Amino acid sequence: MSKRDSIQYALDWTTVFYFILLVTMGWISIYGASYDFEFEGSILDFDQRAGKQFIWILTAFALGGAILLIDHRIFNYFAYVIYAAVILLLIITIFVAPEIKGSRSWLVLGPVSFQPAELAKMATALALAKFMSRYNYRIRNWRDLIPLAFFVLLPFGLIILQKETGSALVFVAFLLMFYREGMKGLVLLLVTLAVVLFVVVIRFSISPIAEDRGTWGMVLAMGIILLIQFVYAFFYTRHRREAFFLMGGTMLFAVVSVVLNKWFVVNYDYVALGIAGASGIYWLFVELFKRYRKYMLLVLITFVSIGFSYTADQLFNRMLEPHQQIRIKVLLNMEDDLAGAGYNVNQSKIAIGSGGFFGKGFLNGTQTKLKYVPEQDTDFIFCTVGEEHGFIGSVFVLIIYWLLLMRILTIAERQREDFHRIYAYCVASILFFHLMINVGMVLGLMPVIGIPLPFFSYGGSSLWGFTIMLFILLRLDASRLERGR
Amino acid sequence: MINDTLQNRRWVIAGVFSAFVLLYIIQLFSLQIIETKYKSGAESNALLKKTIFPPRGLIYDRNNTLLVYNKPAYDIVLIMREIRGLDTLDFCRSLNISKSYFINRIAEIKDRKKNLGYSSYTPQIFMTQLNSEDIATFQQSLYKYPGFYVQNRTLREYAYPNAAHIFGSIGEVSWNDIEKDPYYKQGDYSGRDGVEYTYEKSLRGKKGVEILLRDSRGRIKGKYRDGEMDEAPVAGSNLMLTIDINLQKIGEELLNGKIGSAVAIEPKTGEILAMVSNPGFDPSILVGRSRSANYSALLKDPTKPLMNRATQATYPPGSTFKPIQALVCLELGGITERTLFGCNGKNSTPIKCTHSHGSPVTLLNAIEQSCNPYFWHAFRSTIEKEGYGEKNAIFKKNYQAWIDAMYSFGFGHRFEDSDVYEQSRGNIPSQKYFNRYFGETGWRAMTIRSLSIGQGEVLVTPLQLANSMAAIANDGYYVTPHLNKSDTMLLRRHETVVKKEHFPIVDEGMWRVFEFGTGRYYKINEVTMCGKTGTVQNPHGKDHSLFVGYAPRENPVIAIVVVVENAGFGATWAAPVASLMMEQYINGKIERKELYDRISTTVLNPNVKKR
Repeated sequence: MSKRDSIQYALDWTTVFYFILLVTMGWISIYGASYDFEFEGSILDFDQRAGKQFIWILTAFALGGAILLIDHRIFNYFAYVIYAAVILLLIITIFVAPEIKGSRSWLVLGPVSFQPAELAKMATALALAKFMSRYNYRIRNWRDLIPLAFFVLLPFGLIILQKETGSALVFVAFLLMFYREGMKGLVLLLVTLAVVLFVVVIRFSISPIAEDRGTWGMVLAMGIILLIQFVYAFFYTRHRREAFFLMGGTMLFAVVSVVLNKWFVVNYDYVALGIAGASGIYWLFVELFKRYRKYMLLVLITFVSIGFSYTADQLFNRMLEPHQQIRIKVLLNMEDDLAGAGYNVNQSKIAIGSGGFFGKGFLNGTQTKLKYVPEQDTDFIFCTVGEEHGFIGSVFVLIIYWLLLMRILTIAERQREDFHRIYAYCVASILFFHLMINVGMVLGLMPVIGIPLPFFSYGGSSLWGFTIMLFILLRLDASRLERGR
Repeated sequence: MINDTLQNRRWVIAGVFSAFVLLYIIQLFSLQIIETKYKSGAESNALLKKTIFPPRGLIYDRNNTLLVYNKPAYDIVLIMREIRGLDTLDFCRSLNISKSYFINRIAEIKDRKKNLGYSSYTPQIFMTQLNSEDIATFQQSLYKYPGFYVQNRTLREYAYPNAAHIFGSIGEVSWNDIEKDPYYKQGDYSGRDGVEYTYEKSLRGKKGVEILLRDSRGRIKGKYRDGEMDEAPVAGSNLMLTIDINLQKIGEELLNGKIGSAVAIEPKTGEILAMVSNPGFDPSILVGRSRSANYSALLKDPTKPLMNRATQATYPPGSTFKPIQALVCLELGGITERTLFGCNGKNSTPIKCTHSHGSPVTLLNAIEQSCNPYFWHAFRSTIEKEGYGEKNAIFKKNYQAWIDAMYSFGFGHRFEDSDVYEQSRGNIPSQKYFNRYFGETGWRAMTIRSLSIGQGEVLVTPLQLANSMAAIANDGYYVTPHLNKSDTMLLRRHETVVKKEHFPIVDEGMWRVFEFGTGRYYKINEVTMCGKTGTVQNPHGKDHSLFVGYAPRENPVIAIVVVVENAGFGATWAAPVASLMMEQYINGKIERKELYDRISTTVLNPNVKKR
């Protein structure tokens, strides 16, 4: 055994350092969040949250160490087995889990409870990596795409059934990995477009232009669709004449409808729909007469977007539970409900804002300790950092996360095996998604979706889940210097 | 390799990661450095939501007499952090509590295993539901005890010691309730039974919120945005009940010392005029701090005072079933108004007659004299009239028609569209039941003969029986019996299967009971009355005494049922109670004082606690 094969030599110590740093800062923050001036408990008091977290951290270290000792090929060989086992666990959970805070996602074994959904991310990543690293795999091939959908949607659906919508949404993160592995960039753009249209329609559907004259929501959505058509024609197909025709026609119709409104009641909803639809048909004609293939996609996007805009309202009202609707409305400033759903986010912002530049100092945060901030040691843990360590501390934590993510991307790109690289991108995507949603929620930039901050939030399940996921990556990476396969 | 061209996508992904991190850093900068309203130096940076409890809706009777109202009550609340220099002995004296109680209570509050949401900064409840006398001395010296506050609440108060089963009571919400309805928070109160439960949503009103500013040490610094965001509490809606409290009171007094129940309904409207269940209790004992002790005492009482016998107890109706039986047999063609059957008195088979009268008997005589053999024959010819058929199919079809007719009078099921809390179903035995018991072809009219005289498997609640009387008084329909005096309840009208033309003869038969039969001693002067007594055999000892009836015969205003358990003949106990209650309701007063005194002072069951 040469030196190059030994784990100490090949292990990516930089990542391990970031990991230990994050876990330690998380532990201290949990102590701060649940600290009570009255009791002044020790950080190692095992009746308190911080003491318990300490046990979770020690076991997570042991778990990480154990993973490093396993032969790296095991993860490839047993990827499907691990996936199947976790799926089975998810199914069992639905039936045996007691209802805790409205969800059925916790397996209770004596004094310990565990959330199998936290393992599902790692298992799905392994299964996807294995499947996509097959010889001659092409992501743009329909036949190869269906199993991918299956691998992702199965755990997604099972976690939805456990009523853990937040944890299920994490699976959206795999889109980033798919993108790296060859999925068309257009898909990401379309997802972004869908989110933008959805937000615009929901946000402005309550602002009427005038009585009986339609709402801003639909008009703005149609405007966005027209803008896309213009940009597409102008820059992508370079048919600039057609693009200007489109702009001119739109302006003309808009002006005519405004003028007509002096004498008749013209519903702008229908005007906007008419213009967007007519221009879609116009592009269809351009396509047919000029036999220019590129426009078919634009026509498709136009009509799907129009359809989506007109159903977004219904989707919002029917697919989402009332409490989820309120969270989104609060985020979009549609409801200033400081006493109700907006209370949490407002309190969270106050706590962070009160931290100022240097923070109030360790254990001096009053907002979080007064229990104004809900879930202060789990989902809202970032508040404590913001309040006690201020701008400096919060930015420091964010930078560490950013460095960790960049490091994982570096690790990913230096792998010789597709399986390793794909898995690495899965890990990066999932960690990023958690960071984006969790910190965004605490800062009032994302709707309240209850998912933990990786390595930081209180809780054994999530700490273990992320540790296992990260250390499998480290183990795979450590094998890169081994000779042969 | 395809990956070579895709490798650049790493930078797109890295760009997305960096963009979000940058966005969040910008937001942090704006929250923590630019925005001044969140600055740490600002004193007022935390909000305290204080709940303001609305007064619960008042309850009135049908004549607008106030029955249930609110009295102020007080909770003592403490904030552990703010307690300074407390003279414990003085404190305990002002509240009239012992020092050990004080120490225990503080320990309980601080114990996070028992008090999950404990924080030394937030208000914790020290004592609840004190009345104004308890709190008087304490409130004067409140300034001496920093950290202690008084929180206002209301408690129920009752104008009469009656109708406890109708009102129901109010208790602290359970975790289950909180999960079902997020309106409730821990420590809230809601209706647990009776109309307090049924009409909880309208009685409770809407809690208000006062948003207060606190400084970083938890001290209150005034109202947030000058109270702009506060919500005033909305008082609960008042509720007018259909009951007549005087009638209810008389009913409860008449059943004193007896186990039993009485239900009176206004036939035209289905409004419940009185619903008495004895033994009962004074509703005011289930209020406030003594609630749990009194509740468990009532729970342990062998006479079951918590049970509302009027809706939850089921009895075989016995002879009081005969008017309905007659109607159903007429409708299904088993008999006509002129049908005669022979009666051999005590020697009749298979069912003996307990009264002596001539033979053969007409339907009118059979009702008046309560002739068992007549109803056995009528029942048999109804369900057996076309023979038995292949595998008893025809017989079963006719039996099913009989069941359906009984259902149409409200028997055998709960009144699902009623607001009466906790009803029993009673029982009209199904075909399935007999098939299982005797085998598919193992039962005939003879097997189930007890049903003909309201004995055996048939069970009814007093409420169902009273409702069937309302249906007879109305010549064929009833309005679901209810307690809320609101016009919308009147739309819940149900037709029986019996045609209008069959009712006059039964009406006349029941009138004869008061003129010549078992009810003749209990007529009210100048009022024509219809009724039927019942003496019901039961496995729990002496016969139950039952009476059903309505009055006046023309345009009835009251239909009534009285049950006195283990009391003997229907005519002896149930009939006078019913007669006196009808007199009270129709004349507004009772002139037969002697009868009233005799009935109300007689104790038939010594276990029944006197109130």
